[in-house]
Amino acid sequence: MFDFSLMLEKFMEFRLQIAEAVGETFLMVGISVLAAVLVGLPLGTLLYLTAKGQLRENATWSLILNGFVNIVRSFPFLLLVVFMIPLTRLLVGTAIGTVAASVPLGVVSIAIYARQVEQSLLEVPRGVVEAAQSMGASRLEIVYKFLFVEARSGLVLGLTTSTISFISYSTVMGVVGGGGVGDFAIRYGYQRFETELMAAVIVLMIVLVQLIQFAGSMISRWLDKR
Amino acid sequence: MISLHEVSKSYSSNDGIFQAIDSVSLTVREGSIHGIIGPSGAGKSTLLRMMNVLELPDQGSVIVGGQDLTRLPEHRLREARRSIGMVFQQFHLLHNRTVSGNVSVPLELAGMNKEQREERVKECLQFVGLLDKARQYPARLSGGQKQRVAIARALAHRPAVILCDEPTSSLDSVTTAEILDVLRHINETLGVTIVIVTHEMEVVKEICHEVSVVEQGRLTDGFALEVRAQREGSRAKPSYREQLLGGVGMPDV
Repeated sequence: MFDFSLMLEKFMEFRLQIAEAVGETFLMVGISVLAAVLVGLPLGTLLYLTAKGQLRENATWSLILNGFVNIVRSFPFLLLVVFMIPLTRLLVGTAIGTVAASVPLGVVSIAIYARQVEQSLLEVPRGVVEAAQSMGASRLEIVYKFLFVEARSGLVLGLTTSTISFISYSTVMGVVGGGGVGDFAIRYGYQRFETELMAAVIVLMIVLVQLIQFAGSMISRWLDKR
Repeated sequence: MISLHEVSKSYSSNDGIFQAIDSVSLTVREGSIHGIIGPSGAGKSTLLRMMNVLELPDQGSVIVGGQDLTRLPEHRLREARRSIGMVFQQFHLLHNRTVSGNVSVPLELAGMNKEQREERVKECLQFVGLLDKARQYPARLSGGQKQRVAIARALAHRPAVILCDEPTSSLDSVTTAEILDVLRHINETLGVTIVIVTHEMEVVKEICHEVSVVEQGRLTDGFALEVRAQREGSRAKPSYREQLLGGVGMPDV
């Protein structure tokens, strides 16, 4: 179907552009992962804590946080990118380019990972929380000395799954000049009828995703002593 | 040591209000091993969990070591809980920390430095006979060993009381005897007051000095077990008192 030598040839011909595109993807996904860990992790923890019957049960906050997560996740992603342009301008001064593209990507990342975090925490047996309370642990201590410790392999696995979604989302960031591997494949491969080049880039992305999943699974298994 | 005064607790559900504990008063003597026995769903565990206010009573007071735990502000309650160890039926260990890591947790919460922690963890593991398992993860241990780790953890912060919620109910009889030996040893050598909730008559017979019977959320009987008389019961369904005492009247406690 495909001429593999032609794929390789095209790949080598465009290696500089591809390297640049990979760099852009790494920047966008890197910022997203950072946002997911720094904001999504605490947000997911709050989702867990404010739910009914939990340590910080709070119907109002639970509604607000769930509302945010659900709304962001239900937006068709391209529309979210457009919808967020004013906020992006406010935050980074421009709505065009790789860094600007990272703003809507980061927001989606936070929502996606927050949900994963909530699910991981829900898998920790209730008795662990009870034991923590009986030892006189504060809520903060319960979270980081008990819940995060017991949920850590799930948290890593969730971040792995999320990261792969971020890569997928980042492929459409060409619309705001975000660049990246996906954008490259569309502009150079698809739109210029260089099917082999497009296929070569897709293979590159498959390899990338495999590597991330492999690393994530390894770390998660290593952390899991249950 | 521990007194509950007229404590009550009810839960509302779709089927109406369920009275889990109905005006119970109970005193646990300092240095004793006190059993709380009764059928499933009688409210034994709820009663035990009131003793460190994991379950806040709707009414009544919980006096432990001279202070009413129900009236303490949160940070003082947390402090008070540190001198009340707790052991559970399902152990509730941290599976992602080693045996010594688990025993170390209460000491970390108390802000003890690393050197002192290591020393104390060693002492506690030695006490329950698990020093050789210090670096293992709980997943590799048997049920009885896990429960001994949980006991070492409860012991770590030198508690005055250890509350045990069905500590042997998921263990076989040989392991049960081992765990009861450890608890008795703690009581005898360290003078720690122990409260045990159980539905197993043998557990009470084996180590309790005093026993309270809880049925349908009420305290229906309470007596000492120091002298046991044996007599075959004549009634079809003997009471807990009769099963344990053989029907001979004993002074109430």
